[in-house]
Amino acid sequence: MVNKRNLVFVTAAVLAAILVPQVLTMLGEEYLIGTASRIAIYGLAAMSLNLILGYGGMVSFGHAAYFGVGAYVVGILSFHVFDGSSIMGFQGTDAAVLSWLLAIVISALVAFVLGALSLRTSGVYFIMITLAFAQMLYFLFVSMERYGGDDGVIMYNGRNSLPMVDLSDDTSFYYVCLTFLLAFLLLFVLLVRSRFGKVLQACRQNETRMRALGCNVRRYKLAAFVIAGAVAGLAGALNANHAEYVSPDYLHWTKSGDLMIMVILGGIGTIIGPVIGAAAFLLLEDFLPLLFDATGFPTFKEHWRIVFGPLLILVVLFARGGLVGTFSAMRGDHER
Amino acid sequence: MSAEPLLRIDGLYKSFGALAASNDVCIDIAPGEIHAVIGPNGAGKTTLVAQICGQLQPDAGTVHFDGRDITLLQQDKRPALGLVRSFQITSIFPDFTALENVAMAVQLNAGHSFHFFADAGRDTSLNEPAMGYLKTVGLQASAGTPAFALAHGQQRQLELAMALALKPKMLVLDEPMAGMGPDETAHVISLLNELKGSVTMLLVEHDMDAVFALADRISVLVYGKIIATGLPEEIRNNAAVREAYLGSEDDADA
Repeated sequence: MVNKRNLVFVTAAVLAAILVPQVLTMLGEEYLIGTASRIAIYGLAAMSLNLILGYGGMVSFGHAAYFGVGAYVVGILSFHVFDGSSIMGFQGTDAAVLSWLLAIVISALVAFVLGALSLRTSGVYFIMITLAFAQMLYFLFVSMERYGGDDGVIMYNGRNSLPMVDLSDDTSFYYVCLTFLLAFLLLFVLLVRSRFGKVLQACRQNETRMRALGCNVRRYKLAAFVIAGAVAGLAGALNANHAEYVSPDYLHWTKSGDLMIMVILGGIGTIIGPVIGAAAFLLLEDFLPLLFDATGFPTFKEHWRIVFGPLLILVVLFARGGLVGTFSAMRGDHER
Repeated sequence: MSAEPLLRIDGLYKSFGALAASNDVCIDIAPGEIHAVIGPNGAGKTTLVAQICGQLQPDAGTVHFDGRDITLLQQDKRPALGLVRSFQITSIFPDFTALENVAMAVQLNAGHSFHFFADAGRDTSLNEPAMGYLKTVGLQASAGTPAFALAHGQQRQLELAMALALKPKMLVLDEPMAGMGPDETAHVISLLNELKGSVTMLLVEHDMDAVFALADRISVLVYGKIIATGLPEEIRNNAAVREAYLGSEDDADA
C-alpha cells in the first residue's frame, strides 16, 4: 500500500533521479551521466528478471539472451543502414521507435519459444536448460561473420534517432532511459498486485496447490516469461544505443549471472531492489578499481572482483532480502 | 442407490514396482453421499486420491465423474468440473494471508487471471466471498494472518476453505482432520455435516469418530484392495474388516 512515508520517499527518489545530470555537471563529473544511464538500463533488465525469478520462482539462468537479442536487433538494423544492404528485403533503420519496438517484439518471440520449451522442466533442469539455450544463442551470434562474429557490430551511424530528442546527447539519452525505467516501475507495481501477479506469486509458493485449484500453471508462467523477455529486450536495445556497439558478450552466461547478482544484491522479490542492486553493482564495478589504485593497492585494481565476490557472499549470508531488505529492517518496516 | 453415481471408479489398478497400491479398486459414489475410505497405513488411500484427482495416472481402469470419463484428464482441468481435493499434508500459500489464500481460490474459480492492472488485493468481488468461506470454517478472526503463522489446525481449516471456494460438486478430502485438536475436529465434523447433501464427499480419514459420525457408506482398503463396502454398521460388524483393520486398533468401537 502507498502510505504517506512511502509517497514522500518515492517522490524524493524520483526527483533525485531527475536531478542526477545537473548535479554531476555541477561537480564537473559529466562522464558519470553515462554510468547513470547504464544503471537505468541494467535496472530495467534486472527488474524484468526479478519478475520471473523473485515473483514467479523461475530461476532463469539465461536472461542475458533476451537482453542480447534486443541489442542485436538494434545493432543489425543500424548496420544495414550504414552498409546500404538489406536483411530479408528490409533496408534496416535508424529510427528509434521502429527499431526498439522490433527489439521488444523479437525478444518477446524468442522468450515465447524458449520459455515454452524450458517450462516443461522445473528446478535444476530449468536452470540448466535456460542456460543452455542462452549459450546456443551466444554461439549463434559468435558465428555470424557478417555481423562481426566475436567482435560484434559497431553502430557507425551512432545512436538511433528519435523525433525531437537528440539521443547522442548523454543527458537526453539518460532521461529516455529513466523514463522507461520509471514507466516499468509503475507498471511493475500494478502487475504484482493484479490477479496475474497474485497467480505468479502463488505459483512460486506452491505450484502443486495451484494445479489442484485448477490453475494452468504453465500458461501463466510463460506469460510472465514473455513479459520479462520483452523488457530485457528493450533494455538491450537501450544498451546498444548507449554503447553504440553490440557484441556476443551481451548474451554470455556471465551477463545472465550479473543480472542475477543485481537482483539478489538489491533484494529479490522486492519492487525497487533490482534497481538498487544494479546501481550498487555498476558503481562498485566503476569505483572499486579506482579505490584500490588510490589507496595504494594497485595489484587489486585489475582483480577488484576478489573483493566484490566476498562482498556478495556477505550480503547473501547476512543481509537476506538484500540491500532493500536490510534498509527496511532498519526502518522497522515489514512490508516489501 | 438408484441415482446415477457422481463418481464411478472402475477396476483401478496402479503399481509401483511389485507393490500394487491400487488393485482392482471399484467404488461408486451417489450424489449427496459421504463415502469414507478407511484402511491401515500404507493401504493405498493417498494413491487412490491422487488418481481420482489426476496427480497420478492409473495403469488400468477408469474414473468417471458426472458421466464423463476423466481417467486421463489433466489435474488442473478437474476443479472446473466440480471435482476438488484437499491435501493430507497441508498445502497452502505460506506467504499469503489467510484471506489471500482463499481469495486466490475464488479468483481461479472466477475464470482466467489475465488481468494485469487492477489491484486484486482490493477487489471486493474476490475478498467478500473469500471472507465468507473463512467464516464458514471459523477462521474469520485470522483473516489477516500470514498462513505460515497459523496454527496447524487452523491451516487445515484454511485448506478446507480453499476447497469450498471452488464451489465443488464433490470434495475429495484426504485426512481433513489430521493434526487437529478435539475442538477443531468437532467443528469440522459439524461443518461437513452441514454440507452433507449439497456436496458429495469422498472422505479418507483415520479418525473413526469422524468416519462413523459422517459417512453414509464406508469402503475398507487393505493392501490396495477393497475388502468391504457397506453401511457403517455392516463395516463395524464385518469380521474380515475387524481382523484387517479395526481389530488392530486398541478398541473396535473407538
